[in-house]
Amino acid sequence: MSIEVKDLRYVYSPGLPGETVALDGVSFEVHDGETIGIIGHTGSGKSTLLQHLNGLLKPASGDVYVDGQCITDGSVKLVEIRRKVGLVFQYPEYQLFEETVAKDVAFGPRNTGLSEEKIETRVKASLALVGLNYDEIGDSSPFELSGGQKRRVAIAGVIAMEPSVLILDEPTAGLDPSAHREILSMIELIREKMGIIIIFVSHNMADVAALSDRIIVMDGGKIAMEGTPQEVFSHEKELSAMGLGVPPVREIMTKITAALPEIESNALTADEAATDIKKVINIPKRDN
Amino acid sequence: MIRDITLGQYYPGESPIHRLDARTKIIATILYIIELFVVNNFWGFLIAAAALFAVIAVSRVPVKFIFRGLTAVFIIIAFTFIINLFMVDGRVLWHWRFLTITYEGVSRAFFMAVRLVLLIIGSSMMTLTTKPIELTDGLEKLFKPFSLIGLPSHEIALMMTIALRFIPTLMEETDKIIKAQEARGADFESGNLFQRAKSLIPILIPLFISSFRIAQDLALAMEARCYHGGSGRTRMNEIHFAKGDAVAAVLMVLFLAVIIASRYIPVLYK
Ligand SMILES: Nc1ncnc2c1ncn2[C@@H]1O[C@H](COP(=O)(O)OP(=O)(O)O)[C@@H](O)[C@H]1O
Ligand SMILES: [Mg+2]
Repeated sequence: MSIEVKDLRYVYSPGLPGETVALDGVSFEVHDGETIGIIGHTGSGKSTLLQHLNGLLKPASGDVYVDGQCITDGSVKLVEIRRKVGLVFQYPEYQLFEETVAKDVAFGPRNTGLSEEKIETRVKASLALVGLNYDEIGDSSPFELSGGQKRRVAIAGVIAMEPSVLILDEPTAGLDPSAHREILSMIELIREKMGIIIIFVSHNMADVAALSDRIIVMDGGKIAMEGTPQEVFSHEKELSAMGLGVPPVREIMTKITAALPEIESNALTADEAATDIKKVINIPKRDN
Repeated sequence: MIRDITLGQYYPGESPIHRLDARTKIIATILYIIELFVVNNFWGFLIAAAALFAVIAVSRVPVKFIFRGLTAVFIIIAFTFIINLFMVDGRVLWHWRFLTITYEGVSRAFFMAVRLVLLIIGSSMMTLTTKPIELTDGLEKLFKPFSLIGLPSHEIALMMTIALRFIPTLMEETDKIIKAQEARGADFESGNLFQRAKSLIPILIPLFISSFRIAQDLALAMEARCYHGGSGRTRMNEIHFAKGDAVAAVLMVLFLAVIIASRYIPVLYK
């Protein structure tokens, strides 16, 4: 499985007042099993880009290839693409509509024409994957759940289609810290269990640094930077010029290494920072 | 696309039409709609259309933008046209089985369609060139005399403005929900009528819930700013009639006279 985006361009309301060039010459590739983090200022075109990857938007020019197949020339059935590429929108809990959680999660698989037994297995498996118990909440109304639970039900609804690519647009936006952590560990679990391509947008630099194999930085409808978290977050100045930042741990470590030159570190996560600090500080053994 | 409906949208500008007092524009629009029903022949429609295009030209709102809004109501216009075409009795022009088209039907269908198009464009010109807040103020002032007989003028004006203001918001919301359900493989385009109606449920339920959420948020925001209804409220920008409004009033009276006169222009065919 792979995704290839070639010279994508998209314009909202072409030829009208309010014409906006949302994407302008965007090209990148995603390889099998990779997790990609997308960062960028609000309005930089992240959501527009994601909607091209499953054929919801048609580019003005340029092409998208999923698994070597061009999905922009009209030769592939859209339902087929949407089964392959699962897209979770921002605030996905607002699309819940069924009477019960189980029925809502079953909506996607049912649209692909699966048998009832298969649907049931999928619903159970995907609810388990997002950390919810089918027997406990399968029959309750999705509207009775907490914010974090609702969001996980909505994500389960996309996972239940067993996509080969999972795309999440700001999956942690507006959640409290514990729900935030749950979503993050859910993404990690999906990556581990399903081994699929994951592409996610986030404004939390720490999450992006911790989860991504590669980061794509969007700015004004173009790709401004692309690389591993280490590469991208070493450009602090450029990032802050784009209204972005670096993970808090990196900020702290920059200050610490400036004050204490004997510590060398380009840590992005707390664990990396701890290891780097331990290397130079020898705490004398206390005997008690 | 659903978000292309321009009805109720504001198109920012600095034209003489934009600068008119909201009350002038409301009265002119109502008058125009009445005049469209006074018109009874080809000349009248030609004059009414010409007047509307003059207003559009002065307002500098792009014609493309206005017509884009019409595409969404095209079905209603087409439906009216067909109903009129087949339902009017008179001299037979064409006949097949139970379907009959008459001369009277053709002219009635044509006039009705033109009338609807002008009516929709005419009323969208008002909302396109007037800020929602000005529209409320204008409506409220116009309704004021009726508050003597117990009409809650402020509340009615506010309700109308909120409805207008939230058309684009709800369109946007609908667009988002449609996309989200399409991403889950929903299909709104195929199947018979019953299946299609059923496929709307995944859109309508989230849309209802969103509307309630938006309404609640708005109510809360208004209360947080100490909104307590119309009594004793003052404005930062009072609206005043100006020279432009006097010119507009003269033009309106002239136009009314021309429209009434147009009824007596002999038509070329009978
Ligand atoms: N439905 C729409 N209609 C018109 N313009 C839009 C629409 N959606 C987004 N835009 C515009 O396109 C640009 C990119 O938006 P978006 O892709 O949503 O950015 P992001 O997700 O990075 O915040 C913005 O300038 C935005 O205003
Ligand atoms: Mg976005």
